[in-house]
Amino acid sequence: MQCEQVAELLPGLIDSVERDVDVEAHVESCLRCQAEVARYRKLLRAMTLLRTRYLEPSPSALVQTLAALEADLERGVARATLSGRRLAYAGAIGGTVATAATVAALVARNRRRTLGLAG
Amino acid sequence: MDDRELIDAARGGDRAAFEELVRRTYRDTFTLAHRLTGNEEDARDVAQDAYLRAWRGIGKFRGEAQFSTWLYRITANAAATHLRKRRRHRTESLDDVNEPAERRYDSHPVAMAEAGDLLERLSVAVDQLPPKLRQVVVLRDVYSLPHEAIAEELGITETAAKVRLHRARRKLREVLGPTEELGASAHAV
Repeated sequence: MQCEQVAELLPGLIDSVERDVDVEAHVESCLRCQAEVARYRKLLRAMTLLRTRYLEPSPSALVQTLAALEADLERGVARATLSGRRLAYAGAIGGTVATAATVAALVARNRRRTLGLAG
Repeated sequence: MDDRELIDAARGGDRAAFEELVRRTYRDTFTLAHRLTGNEEDARDVAQDAYLRAWRGIGKFRGEAQFSTWLYRITANAAATHLRKRRRHRTESLDDVNEPAERRYDSHPVAMAEAGDLLERLSVAVDQLPPKLRQVVVLRDVYSLPHEAIAEELGITETAAKVRLHRARRKLREVLGPTEELGASAHAV
């Protein structure tokens, strides 16, 4: 295996749990590639340190986000109120239909009785 | 209240507790959003969207992962959505939106000279990567998200995530210059 081939594979292997025995064998006997491995490790270590290198947002950014959350909450309450109203309307319509059906059934029964007596 | 108590309260619908969590985590979320999008305006939008999504989804947060990791994933997803929308609204490709690293270095030699230490140079180099590469390398190498999570949040395959990571690391390695310089600076890290 050549150094160029190893260099090509190193970025993917440097923190991988998968092992490449050919690459490992080459690196073990090649000072140049050992140095390259060391450089990638240093690069990764430095990248990890970027996590706590914070970028400062402008003060208005947080205020705007909190305002957006507040607006979202209000929209949510409005939606819930609408849903509640819709349920109430649906219940009222359902009740009216049920009452009408009951009345119709009673009228029909009375008519049948009346017809029976007449017959 | 500590973070754990705030999270529990927020899961129970306590809005004030959630807002306190936003205050405590905003700088971290904004930093991630900035590293993913490459500019402050987009970072503000992405951070805001991430918190709206987090509030709507906090009932589903079971505490199996750390809250910060959960929030990172939401932010990554929000950034991916944001960048996709932005790409649809622009005629140029995303890779062209941010100038390539070489051009910025050439046009800002003073800025680069001032960016003396390795971390500063690395931060600049990451910022100048094409967005698709930048997102993956930031989530993996800076925020330590697993490949699977990165692929899921960015809407790509795990293989694609690994290929992008590979390319990003090679580019960073190139940008950071000769061996001796990187080695010497990294000792200070």
